[in-house]
Amino acid sequence: MTKRTLLTLAAGVLAAGSWMPVAQAQDSLYMPSMTYRTGPFAGGGTPFADGYADYFNMLNERDGGINGVRIEVEECETAYNAQKGVECYEATKDKGALAYSPLSTGITLALVPKAPIDEIPIFSMGYGLSAAAAGDQFPWTFVYPASYWSQLSSIIKYIDDNGGVKGQKIGFIYLDAAYGKEPIPLLDQLAESMGFEVAKFPVGVKEMQNQSSQWLNVRKERPDWMIMWGWGAMNPTAIKEAAKIRFPLDRFIGNWWAGSNNDLNAVGEAGKGYLAANFSGIGQDFPALQDVLTHVVRAGKSKVASEDDVGNVLYNRGLFNAVILAEGVRVAQEMSGKKIITGADMRDGLENIDLNEERLTELGLPGFTGAVKGSCADHEGNGAIFIQQWNGSDWEKISDLIAPMSDVVRPMLEEAAEAYVSDKPDWQSQTCN
Amino acid sequence: MFYREAGQFKTSYAADQALLPIRQDRIGLGLILFVAFVAIPLLASDFLIGSIMIPFLVFALASVGLNILTGYAGQLSLGTGAFMGVGAYSCYKLTTYFPDINILFMVLLSGVFSAAVGVVFGLPSLRIKGLYLAITTLAAQFFLEWCFIRIGWLYNYNDSGAIEVPQRKLFDIAITGASASPTVRYLVIVVLVSIMTLLAANILRGRIGRSWMMIRDMDIAAELMGVRPLYAKLSAFAFSSYYCGVAGALMVFFWIGSAEAEAFDINHSLLVLFMVIIGGMGSLLGCFLGAAFIWVLPIIIRAVPPMLGLDVIAATTEHVSNIIIGVLIIFFLIVEPHGLARLWQIGKEKLRTWPFPYSSN
Repeated sequence: MTKRTLLTLAAGVLAAGSWMPVAQAQDSLYMPSMTYRTGPFAGGGTPFADGYADYFNMLNERDGGINGVRIEVEECETAYNAQKGVECYEATKDKGALAYSPLSTGITLALVPKAPIDEIPIFSMGYGLSAAAAGDQFPWTFVYPASYWSQLSSIIKYIDDNGGVKGQKIGFIYLDAAYGKEPIPLLDQLAESMGFEVAKFPVGVKEMQNQSSQWLNVRKERPDWMIMWGWGAMNPTAIKEAAKIRFPLDRFIGNWWAGSNNDLNAVGEAGKGYLAANFSGIGQDFPALQDVLTHVVRAGKSKVASEDDVGNVLYNRGLFNAVILAEGVRVAQEMSGKKIITGADMRDGLENIDLNEERLTELGLPGFTGAVKGSCADHEGNGAIFIQQWNGSDWEKISDLIAPMSDVVRPMLEEAAEAYVSDKPDWQSQTCN
Repeated sequence: MFYREAGQFKTSYAADQALLPIRQDRIGLGLILFVAFVAIPLLASDFLIGSIMIPFLVFALASVGLNILTGYAGQLSLGTGAFMGVGAYSCYKLTTYFPDINILFMVLLSGVFSAAVGVVFGLPSLRIKGLYLAITTLAAQFFLEWCFIRIGWLYNYNDSGAIEVPQRKLFDIAITGASASPTVRYLVIVVLVSIMTLLAANILRGRIGRSWMMIRDMDIAAELMGVRPLYAKLSAFAFSSYYCGVAGALMVFFWIGSAEAEAFDINHSLLVLFMVIIGGMGSLLGCFLGAAFIWVLPIIIRAVPPMLGLDVIAATTEHVSNIIIGVLIIFFLIVEPHGLARLWQIGKEKLRTWPFPYSSN
């Protein structure tokens, strides 16, 4: 036993020594980046992580950081796994982390209650807990630019504008997990108030790549439109199956996690016409992206495999994640009057961002996305999205921005937020006027 | 020389049959307990406690559970993750129904539900063995996971579909929820795991444990000698699932803080099975060694490049760590198929005769 004891002691001392929080001399802004470049979803995680890192590196190279303070991006690999995500969080939070973008619903749910305690905001961009859009109940969590529920209402609006939704039958194919089931209460409510019928087709996590039975049911039910809440390998499989049963693809709309280049490259020409929601611009034709190319990618400081990867859907979404965080830092610096800000300053900054068209143009991203304006009560900005279409080799934006049906969604979000908070007596909320 | 029991005389049967008859072992265990109960809570950083020690103990407890079933009773199981899930979900249901009852009681009670489910899925073990039984426990894994996703009642119809841990207190100190400090959560876990491991050690060397091992070694012989396979096998499933259930409840309530059904998927079952195989089947020490090997070693490997000042991206370290762990698993299984615990046992034998070994091996 003594040998084991010695080993344990040695390991303990070693571990304790190396992980004692080191009080760092702060001369930079520390931005942890939770990535999933490994594991089953690496195909989607890699471009996102690249876009995120490249934008901050571009700011460092071009402007010397934000207001002269360099941003230090450190990646921590989660493999989309909640346990590893929490480990990443614990390992990096003491280094002065300003905000976390957990990039997985499981990790987000685990971190949301920790945010007020550690005073580090969580920015789950268009994923995680929809209810977090209610800023009065969730002061430390942000879901800019839209929650899942807002997104669904915009998609229904798109259908309504393109032939009307009343009397139609809408098929909803979804990943049978918390993520896929989340929009169902809203879908049912909208079906009732707008007079359409809903047919639901759950796809189990283990049958993502084998959906023939679901699509057989689709053929039986004959829906007029299909909406998909999919992720990973589920997306290309569904589109291939839809093409096989000759379902009109221009009436098949994926949500923003079911519309990336990775999903459709696997389908190629057969997926022509397929629609998807999105909130971040497509392509490289933005001055900011050109700057990324010049200062980072061509300088060999990026991890992208080729220049063509810059500008694809998930790359731009990762970049947009960084844009919002950078804007939050700027606002926080202005509000606090400090160059080196804390997590609490960052929270105030994120809450008060105002990314209007003018500001987007200044940032080199004209028309990249809808205006995002936060407030104490509103932590999802405005929630406008657009619809894009696959032309066989790339995505094309085919609609204007579609605002969500806030009158329906907002009360539901608030109700959900209250339900979340109700069984937590010590929950920290804030009062907004 | 140092590790030799010469001169330690036993004067009673009780002393001779003690759990640790050799003085050096008692001192060693005392030191380990001292480190676990005093040194770590006082000295270690939050990261070491929260992200290394807590998961390590949770997995060690789950491995003890699986080892009872697979290592001692010889029934192969692939449903560990699901049984942990039953513990976690029932603890969540219990504590939301009865918020005023102490959470520790609920954690211990939730294991009972897990045990009951384990017994039901253990019934096929009376007719089938080995790999075939593994397949039926795989059915448990898939069926229970399906329940965690589909039955909204289990997660109180949350919009998020996940169970979220409410804050619970013990003597006015928060022990669960986000505001509970890692040290407090660690102390709760280390106390529970120590007591339950001690309990397991005593069950295993008693009548029940012996009947499990007889079933494992040769079930027909065991039956002829009066061991009733029905009771032996089902009690093994019950005890094993109880431990797994408690480990699952601890995992959600004292470690992660929330869990989706995915947290209890087949990968989780395999992870615990690997811990048991690497650590050593039929050894309690092996459970702890295996858990340390599978959970702690990757963290140490990931910490190496930054310590050396190398700028390697996180994903590369992750790949490298996977490769190293994989290679080490193969290496250890070739060198010692009976796991790390057996290596330690061989080490002990060598230590006894050192420096004058009297045999050639």
